[in-house]
Amino acid sequence: MRYSLLLHYPEPTADELGPEALAEGMRAFQAYAKALDDAGVLASAEVLQQSNATTTVTLAGGEFVVQDGPFADTKEQLGGTFVIDVPDLDAAIEWAKRAPSVSWGHVEIRPTATRYVDGSWQGAQPVR
Amino acid sequence: MTGDEVRAAAERVARTSYGRLVALLAASTRDIALAEDALADAFERALRTWPTAGVPGNPQGWLVTVARNRIRDLLGSAALRTAAPLDDQTSAALAESAPDAIPDKRLELLFACAHPAMDPAMRPPLMLQVVLGFDAARIASVFGMRPTTMAQRLVRAKRRIRDAGIPFRVPTRDDMPARLPAVLEAIYGAYAIDWLDQHERIRESIADEARWLAVLTASLLDTEPEAWGLAALLTFAQSRAPARVGTPWPPLDEQDTGLWDRALISEGEALLRRAYALGTPLGRFQLEAAIQSAHCDRARTGTVDRATIVKLYQGLVAIAPTTGALEALATLMGQR
Repeated sequence: MRYSLLLHYPEPTADELGPEALAEGMRAFQAYAKALDDAGVLASAEVLQQSNATTTVTLAGGEFVVQDGPFADTKEQLGGTFVIDVPDLDAAIEWAKRAPSVSWGHVEIRPTATRYVDGSWQGAQPVR
Repeated sequence: MTGDEVRAAAERVARTSYGRLVALLAASTRDIALAEDALADAFERALRTWPTAGVPGNPQGWLVTVARNRIRDLLGSAALRTAAPLDDQTSAALAESAPDAIPDKRLELLFACAHPAMDPAMRPPLMLQVVLGFDAARIASVFGMRPTTMAQRLVRAKRRIRDAGIPFRVPTRDDMPARLPAVLEAIYGAYAIDWLDQHERIRESIADEARWLAVLTASLLDTEPEAWGLAALLTFAQSRAPARVGTPWPPLDEQDTGLWDRALISEGEALLRRAYALGTPLGRFQLEAAIQSAHCDRARTGTVDRATIVKLYQGLVAIAPTTGALEALATLMGQR
């Protein structure tokens, strides 16, 4: 099964974090991605810019509204996504436990419902 | 064979092997609802065809084969490519005539229902339904919920197991302390429900199935004292089943000990010794089993050792102050 590991965590500035913690975090993410890759389970890995770089668009009110900042202004923000392909939830939980940010945030494990491959959507319906 | 006889045969298979067949059918797809639907179709077809064709030599194997074909139809060929095939052991077992050759995956199913990713409140009802075959209305009455509400929650819980990819697997030793209590709790709940239903014949009822499941769980896990404690508790409780006659049942202290099942009492003692051999501290189910053991001892000595029972209850309420235990202790203190 494919799962997206959604890494949510508070967003300290580089100053608050300090150069050592920043370097240590980058080393941890390098090791984590390599471990996933070596295990043959990694589909994609992206660490996102902080939410002050995000822009949100909606037509929900009848006209387009473009605004700065995330949809939900919460203490922890989506900071990265790792898409993995593993046999079951237990395996996904084990990988989630190894994510570097698990010690300062939360890792959400969301199964893939359907995926666009070779011109069509494949897999289960997202709503059934 | 008459329609009634066939119906009775099908119902007997349903009662004794429902959970076993659901566990087997759901293991490869993790789709419990699909397994249940397919099994219901298979039972319907049995009622249609067995009167003329006769009851097959291996009714369980017949039902699994028909249900598996139904699952294949429902999933379609595309989905089937991604679903894990039944393992060789299962395929071989289905070709044999002995029902016992069908692998028992109920433990795996129990642990899927008690997975940490499942809502704790829904674990016991879910296990009662899918492993032991209770219907939603009966479970709802025990948990003080409306039948429609319980039915909806059960549907959602089964969907979650499928969609979240919760594995059908017995946990590793490291995970066991976190995972076992929910399983034991649900087996205990299953036995307690059956007590409330006085209309069923005790020896053939689901209480036996629950007791058996407790013994099986303890045996397979081997080194879990509380699992042995629960097995002992249910075995002692079941030893007194023949004396639970009349309406209402006579209270424990007034039951005719001549009706108690001596073989089950000895088995309960043996199970409790297995638990004790694994060391202290005693858990809730071991203490409850010890209390039952002390009550059962009246069959041998003719008297109730109240002092010991009070001491055991005091130990029990210290670690598990349930309403039942607190009331029992209050009653005992009042009698002194």
